[in-house]
Amino acid sequence: FAADIEYTDEAGRTETIRSLYKTYVKAATNAVRPSAPWLKSVFTDNAGIIEFAPGWDVAMKAETHNSPSALDPFGGAMTGIVGVNRDILGCGMGCKPIFNTDVFCFASPYHDGPVPEKLHHPKRLLKEVHRGVKDGGNESGIPTVNGSIVFDERYLGKPLVFCGTGGLIPSELHGKPSWQKSIEPGDRIVMAGGRIGKDGIHGATFSSIALTEASPVSAVQIGDPITQKKMLDFLLEARDLGLFRFVTDNGAGGLSSSLGEMARESGGCALHLDRAPLKYAGLDPWEILVSEAQERMSFAVPPENWEAFRDLAARRDVEVSNLGEFTATGNFECFYDGKPVCRMDMEFLHEGNPKLHLKGRWAPPKHLDPPAASLAARDLNADALALLGTLNICSKETWVRQYDHEVQGQSVVKPFMGARNDGPSDAAVIKPLQDRKEGLVVSHGLSPRYSDVDAYHMAAASVDEAVRNAVAAGGEPGKLAALDNFCWPDPVESPETPDGQYKMAQLVRANKALYDICTAYGLPLISGKDSMKNDYGKGAGKISVPPTLMVTVIGPIPDATKSATIDFKAAGDVVYVLGSTKEELGGSEYFGMLGAIGNSVPVTDFAANLALYRKVFGAIQKGLIRSAHDCSDGGLWVSLAESAIGGRLGLEADLSLAAQDGGLSDVALLFGESQGRFVVSVSPNDAAAFEAALQGSAFARIGIVTEAPALKLRRGDKTLIETTVDAAFAAWRKPLDF
Amino acid sequence: MKPRIAILTGYGINSDVELAQAFNLAGGDAVRVHLHDAIDGRVKLDDFAILAVPGGFSFGDHIASGRVFANRLRHKLGDTLLRLREKKVPMLGICNGFQVLVKLGLLPGTEPASFTQTCTLTFNDSGRFENRWCHLAADAKNPSLWLKGVESIYLPVRHGEGKFIPGSEALLKELQANGQACLRYRNEDGSVPEGFPANPNGSTDDIAGLCSKDGLVFGLMPHPEAHILPTQHPHWQRDGMKAEGDGLAIFRNAVHAVR
Repeated sequence: FAADIEYTDEAGRTETIRSLYKTYVKAATNAVRPSAPWLKSVFTDNAGIIEFAPGWDVAMKAETHNSPSALDPFGGAMTGIVGVNRDILGCGMGCKPIFNTDVFCFASPYHDGPVPEKLHHPKRLLKEVHRGVKDGGNESGIPTVNGSIVFDERYLGKPLVFCGTGGLIPSELHGKPSWQKSIEPGDRIVMAGGRIGKDGIHGATFSSIALTEASPVSAVQIGDPITQKKMLDFLLEARDLGLFRFVTDNGAGGLSSSLGEMARESGGCALHLDRAPLKYAGLDPWEILVSEAQERMSFAVPPENWEAFRDLAARRDVEVSNLGEFTATGNFECFYDGKPVCRMDMEFLHEGNPKLHLKGRWAPPKHLDPPAASLAARDLNADALALLGTLNICSKETWVRQYDHEVQGQSVVKPFMGARNDGPSDAAVIKPLQDRKEGLVVSHGLSPRYSDVDAYHMAAASVDEAVRNAVAAGGEPGKLAALDNFCWPDPVESPETPDGQYKMAQLVRANKALYDICTAYGLPLISGKDSMKNDYGKGAGKISVPPTLMVTVIGPIPDATKSATIDFKAAGDVVYVLGSTKEELGGSEYFGMLGAIGNSVPVTDFAANLALYRKVFGAIQKGLIRSAHDCSDGGLWVSLAESAIGGRLGLEADLSLAAQDGGLSDVALLFGESQGRFVVSVSPNDAAAFEAALQGSAFARIGIVTEAPALKLRRGDKTLIETTVDAAFAAWRKPLDF
Repeated sequence: MKPRIAILTGYGINSDVELAQAFNLAGGDAVRVHLHDAIDGRVKLDDFAILAVPGGFSFGDHIASGRVFANRLRHKLGDTLLRLREKKVPMLGICNGFQVLVKLGLLPGTEPASFTQTCTLTFNDSGRFENRWCHLAADAKNPSLWLKGVESIYLPVRHGEGKFIPGSEALLKELQANGQACLRYRNEDGSVPEGFPANPNGSTDDIAGLCSKDGLVFGLMPHPEAHILPTQHPHWQRDGMKAEGDGLAIFRNAVHAVR
């Protein structure tokens, strides 16, 4: 992301991009910043921080832990979640983790082909990764509030495991803004938490290369949530007592990374590696420095506070050790038994990495579209039920229910809501402060399939979906913040990666989209991460993940009770489709089910969507909306069916009324994935006011909610789908219920 | 003056903050007390009117859920706990805290109080940790101070080891006769569930909570502190907001009783 990239588009125009990160990610946030005075800290700390409510800020970070999870799914995934918890603990003066999110990408658990050597079958991966994240979150007392599981055969070579954590912190601590921290020369270098072993040595470096049968399992760190929970409690107590000046986590690179960053604050450090507590004897000094053994935080403690810090730690059963002091020598220095073992110039340490020069060339792919005649002849009823049973659309309840999503007592919109607590929510809403009314919305979006057509539209759709999910639950456009997590196949052209220029061009295009949509929506990126070598093996048998951008969105809601859930609420309510439907089945779940890709990928209309989102927010604020559901994978049909399932109510609708392009096919109307759409239900008493509030945007009243639990969708006189809510539920609930 | 309530915490307890909030909302003055500070005497449990053990994963639930925390209480604060029982200080254990009180032997308890474990809570029949809302009914003749006026409530369970097993058939009969099997899983209409999911863990006689014979000590697997606000109810958007969550009555009962 820091490299210079020479990018050539399909017309042969070439431009040089000096750092994708600076040109698109950071630039987007800088462009939005003037209209987002609520941004506190972005890109500089372990996580981004925004203002939440008067006197309170919220931090958020999302990470991936792909390679470790591929080799040791339980340990790798657990470390993923407890690791990102530490990012939040080490953000600002130490935030309290208040929620987790998780998104997994696997090959089908029903995969019956060969599995690459040393890797696990996707069903085992699903079970073990889930168990790792579940144990890590549950035992830490942090609710898992939002996430998803996405399936694609190309994740067979490398699963993607995204783990996110949000944290809460008073805006001011001890009279200073809590997001600011500093270190004075003479402050003690203090490590707290677990001991150092050989686990996780080279974890960061092996994660950054393709997996092979020779990849080391010993590079995977193994976490222990209870050790970390004790440290969490201790850290917050020490913070409130003002015992330390700076805190950060030990993640990738261990002490070398945490102290390397911290030493910047004072201008150097003198670290005595022999003073670090070890799990067992026999570690070389360099191993102590780079070990990624878990549950460790690094602190800068003023010398006068050291004793109080140490005593509190002892009473909280947390091991702390004084490893030396921060200096202003300009050098990162390490000693072992008093002898110098490392001295590095701070400037070289931080700026010495040589810049890469890479190339990307974009040539739009052409896929075969399924013939229109064959699509027109489909059995829509059968396809509709089959689509509900595809892995990406079906219910994930069995897995989600095993996460504690309510500890800390904040939940307002839970992962599953509705008459029988099984309607899938678009986003989570929590109320972190019991004595205040503000809510926080948490959502995400990802659309890796669209990369097969154009990664530009993939990225735009991923952001749009995350925003749309947040808005459907009550989020306010213009007050939302986003996090970008890129997981790409190796985009560097080489003998092993002959199509590197194409993959690099996809990366450039995704970044361009990210910039375009974020600036259009006034959506700052507050934190992000990239993972660039998500491939297995080389040559003909190489498996590369589809380019994937996972976008997390958070934002305050002025009043948590002004939020919405997806389930139809009452018979007689009027059902609307908001937004317009186009002939956009390219990369859709429906085409995927038919074994096709197609070319007509959904194109996100930023201006129309933003205008609509603002109106939806306003309508929810006014209490005019009884249910709101985002429309994405599987199109209108899936949104309507899920809203009916959530309410255990029926629906009669005429889809010819929905706003749409002329000559739209039945399958595109039902299953197309045009962006910027919602299914909304409104009490008949509020219908006039709702319609007035939506003026200027594309929307249409399509039918009504019925007491009889049947789904009857027609287009004018033609019946499209006629089935029961029970049949839809059964098809949707079954595939991942194991 | 508001009654002071000690909320034990530390070592993996994780529902202490919201439990303190629940007691405060009910009119109490809750203080989170790290177990270590109670053991070394920095905080004196005798200074409190109510003692509560929250949910969580104390000591990772390694060995067995609540076992290590229970042993530490018994060996380091055993005399204090027996004295609090004699002084008729109400005690509450939720989820992991319930497991602690059962493993300590304070629930269902002996007369006089002793550290004799007579029942257990073990792995759910499903073999899974689950977070799920359950309908509960109070036993009509229960002596629990905490359940006064409570008939049916709707609360979430969040546990992997909540299956109640009494030490003997005779003990079960005694608990039933005394109303000490004070809280049971029920269907929404109040009828007896036919196993999972209405009974989320396979508990004997659908028992979700126990109380001591004198009604002062109360423990339950579901989380009343997770339903004190109307917006915590999973159907608040469907059925309208109630004035308060179902669980709050439990905390108010105890706070009123000691005031």
